[in-house]
Amino acid sequence: MKPPVFDYAFADHLDEVAEFLADEGGEARVLAGGQSLIAMLNMRLVQPTLVVDISRLPDHDFITLKEGVVEIGCTVTQSALQFWPGLAESLPLLKRALPWVGHRQTRNKGTVCGSIAHADPSAELPLCLAALNGKAVLYSSRGERVLAAHELQVGTLETACAPDEMIRALRFPTAETGAGYGFGEVAYRHGDFAIVAVAVVATSECLRIALGGVGEKPEVCEWPLLEDKFLDDALNDLAWKLGTNEDQHATAYYRRSLIRSLGRRVVGEALACLG
Amino acid sequence: MPRLNAGQRHTIQFELNGKSVSGETEPRLLLSDFLRGVLGSTGSHVGCEHGVCGACTVRVNGCAVRSCLTLAIQINGEKVETVEGLAGNDTLSPLQRAFRRHHALQCGFCTPGILMSLSELLDTGTDVNEKNIREFLSGHLCRCTGYGNIVRAALEVFAENRSGRAVSDD
Repeated sequence: MKPPVFDYAFADHLDEVAEFLADEGGEARVLAGGQSLIAMLNMRLVQPTLVVDISRLPDHDFITLKEGVVEIGCTVTQSALQFWPGLAESLPLLKRALPWVGHRQTRNKGTVCGSIAHADPSAELPLCLAALNGKAVLYSSRGERVLAAHELQVGTLETACAPDEMIRALRFPTAETGAGYGFGEVAYRHGDFAIVAVAVVATSECLRIALGGVGEKPEVCEWPLLEDKFLDDALNDLAWKLGTNEDQHATAYYRRSLIRSLGRRVVGEALACLG
Repeated sequence: MPRLNAGQRHTIQFELNGKSVSGETEPRLLLSDFLRGVLGSTGSHVGCEHGVCGACTVRVNGCAVRSCLTLAIQINGEKVETVEGLAGNDTLSPLQRAFRRHHALQCGFCTPGILMSLSELLDTGTDVNEKNIREFLSGHLCRCTGYGNIVRAALEVFAENRSGRAVSDD
């Protein structure tokens, strides 16, 4: 398994990336950490004519906290976010989810924006972006636009990013005061793609549940705070409604049972931290 | 920045285990293949070639990364450490000695990658315990040991580092 041939360019400036992407007519790929892209290249699932390396872009290795929003630049690695001192307070859901994202060895290079751009339906970061109603800032030579998580990810490995656009940054709303957060997943091995992943945000009014690994993109639903006895029924209804995938990793039956059992556990975890 | 042509070879230079090395690479060449094929540095092993098995793990600027998920062209000017850099002239590193004492390898295919990952943990971790050793090891597949002896070896080295007293090899 070796990558196909491609030209390579290190971009020094965002406009240079935009120019390369516009000129290449959809045949260029952006490489930040490369932890998904190089695996795809090795398997020849993508065969771009040009790979644009943005890892040396100056000024995009930032995590800023301003007016209730954490903005994460396109060269920030998953490890950098995991060890960002403000994480536990500002983004408790990501604090819980990041240890599940790949392995330490891939988080050291893989970027947060890159995982969102890759849009794997079982990946943890797109799931968290969806659960938190986060946004992605897309950049191209035509300008900038901001898409909400549910507008961005449209299917398996598919985003609404146009061929000449790249994700410049992500915006995560910070934790609501008193809200509780939970995250859990089941995979064959810690760090592998989730068979089912569950992210839960509990506030004093509602429960927001996001599920990964069950469909073509993260599935999000919102319930009023249910009495305990109704929760199992609600999770069971949800499991059946989602028409869960069946593949070589797990049957639909197993995924439905995970939504019920794992879902229950993670909802409990979120409710337990409800202030 | 100029566009590097796919069919051409481009010279890269970087630091490998403390020594400056250079070589020519096409943009598509993986770091794992550059190390083994161009430099003849075959200590890092190539298993799955898509980032799952961890055998090819090396350290770039101190961080453990997959050399099969890194292009050689990306490491121009960086600092790379491989398993060949762990031992001194005639002496194994404390981690390697602990692996031998605890029988933490059998066939040895996965070992170079595991040693590089654990060396990052031992260099950077202030609190090394079984949980975070196992978390680091989750990025590696070992089909011989069942991981128990690897964990024991790493715990012993961490204890050695903390107490400043080396464990005897006997």
